[in-house]
Amino acid sequence: MIKINNISKSYGDVKALDDISFSVQKNELFGLIGPDGAGKSSLLRMLVTLLLPDSGSLEISGLDVVRNYRKIRLMVGYMPGRFSLYQDLTVEENLQFFASVFGTTIAENYHLIEDIYKQIEPFKTRRAGKLSGGMKQKLALSCALIHKPDVLVLDEPTTGVDAVSRREFWDMLGRLKKEGITIIVSTPYMDEASRCDRVALIQQGKILSIDRPEKIVQTQGHQLWKVKSENVYKLLTDLENWDCSKSVYPFGQFLHLTLNDLTIGKKEVEEYLLSRGHQSLIIEPGFSDIEDVFIDLMSLQKAKN
Amino acid sequence: MEREKVIEVKDLVKKFGDFVANDHLTFDVYKGEIFGFLGANGAGKTTAMRILCGLSMPTEGKLKVNGFDVYRQSEKIKKSIGYMSQKFSLYEDMTVAENIRFYGGIYGLKRSDRIKKQQQLLNDLGMPEMKDKLVGSLPLGWKQKLAFAIAIVHDPQIVFLDEPTGGVDPITRRQFWNLIYEAASRGITIFVTTHYMDEAEYCDRVSIMVDGRVEALDTPANLMANYQAANMNEVFLHLARKAKNVE
Repeated sequence: MIKINNISKSYGDVKALDDISFSVQKNELFGLIGPDGAGKSSLLRMLVTLLLPDSGSLEISGLDVVRNYRKIRLMVGYMPGRFSLYQDLTVEENLQFFASVFGTTIAENYHLIEDIYKQIEPFKTRRAGKLSGGMKQKLALSCALIHKPDVLVLDEPTTGVDAVSRREFWDMLGRLKKEGITIIVSTPYMDEASRCDRVALIQQGKILSIDRPEKIVQTQGHQLWKVKSENVYKLLTDLENWDCSKSVYPFGQFLHLTLNDLTIGKKEVEEYLLSRGHQSLIIEPGFSDIEDVFIDLMSLQKAKN
Repeated sequence: MEREKVIEVKDLVKKFGDFVANDHLTFDVYKGEIFGFLGANGAGKTTAMRILCGLSMPTEGKLKVNGFDVYRQSEKIKKSIGYMSQKFSLYEDMTVAENIRFYGGIYGLKRSDRIKKQQQLLNDLGMPEMKDKLVGSLPLGWKQKLAFAIAIVHDPQIVFLDEPTGGVDPITRRQFWNLIYEAASRGITIFVTTHYMDEAEYCDRVSIMVDGRVEALDTPANLMANYQAANMNEVFLHLARKAKNVE
């Protein structure tokens, strides 16, 4: 459905995208996972014909995105990271405007947006500029969907959104996928990877890994120790200063510890920490999650540069 | 031993017309603790935080911040706190050093102290070579660390952090929390909001707001035990799903 071939893009000295290639299958829910500045927005803007690559090519349904930009614009729905609807138009006027630009009506595709739009319908006479963040997001998604696009492109739809609304948003994407829409979505939240069919982990314009999220963890993750004590900050500094530590990062209530010598076990970790005066120690074996893998790959990439 | 309270809130009510944004909030925050202030979008967090910073007046309730009364002493409160928002307000077309000196001046540091602070902050952050770089040219992670350092440039009693870590990579996010831990270990009280539930677990105590009320307030460990949850995300989902004020 989507083919991205050797795309590069620079802004001055900054290489935003560095020879990126991948494809997205029809009806796939594909995630671009990475922090701010990774290059996600640049890539998505190219897909929706708003930015030209320096080199490389992009295709949607066999059509070259640059040459067929008019056709492509009818096929894609785009929700940018920054709110870009008309602030002075009401909720309903915005939706009507987007429907008419694409030669359709609200009624024709109402079933697609019903779930989302009915939550903001009570405010349909309010100006878009006066909506709260959560409502703006729902309106923007409704406007991106109203022409029943084949491909839905969402740039960080869940940034700054609370955990409950984030979960609801992903449930909604799951339902849109069932309608046959291909979805490509970017996010800085690593935990959202598990909601995607496949993901690309992206950092500084390069793809670190691309696969099904569970496969990435399986193949690139490893055993680690989960450690907890009463004083988290001291635990962190003590483990960082220990010769045997390879990496130590906080993950919620536990620290994830990897060691540079595999013959060292729980007993040695415990002895060291007891000697540093830690109490109520919990040390248990664990396995990487997607964020551990991202950190590992990031460190590897840094070491290479 | 009685712990020293730096924030005391009793029956805080804030109304906008008929809408009750804060509905009888009552909680204390202790000196040197990392206090997580969680809630869904629209639960009333920002409203309460603005009141605690002396930027907005409560409708009713008793509130003290650093011992100052929010109704009568809001200017004193402003001087004794630090504040960093997600859209932190560094001057992009000033250099790193200029930003530090400028904010030092705003917070009333003496000229000689400002120069000293500038050196110290740059060293602490490991960025002395970036002294003369324009802030606009720094990566987001560096800007965030700088914004935090500047928010505590005047050694405030409390620093308010409003979603400080949005969007950065997982390593930078953790480095940022190291700065928070370090500030807390120096006795600075941290009042922080976040949408990352793993970060909620880094806090000493966490309050969760739902529809303008504090629905739960305890250590992460106790909250997880009380709600039989494996992590704070589950606790949050359990509580915040009851919300009626959806944005």
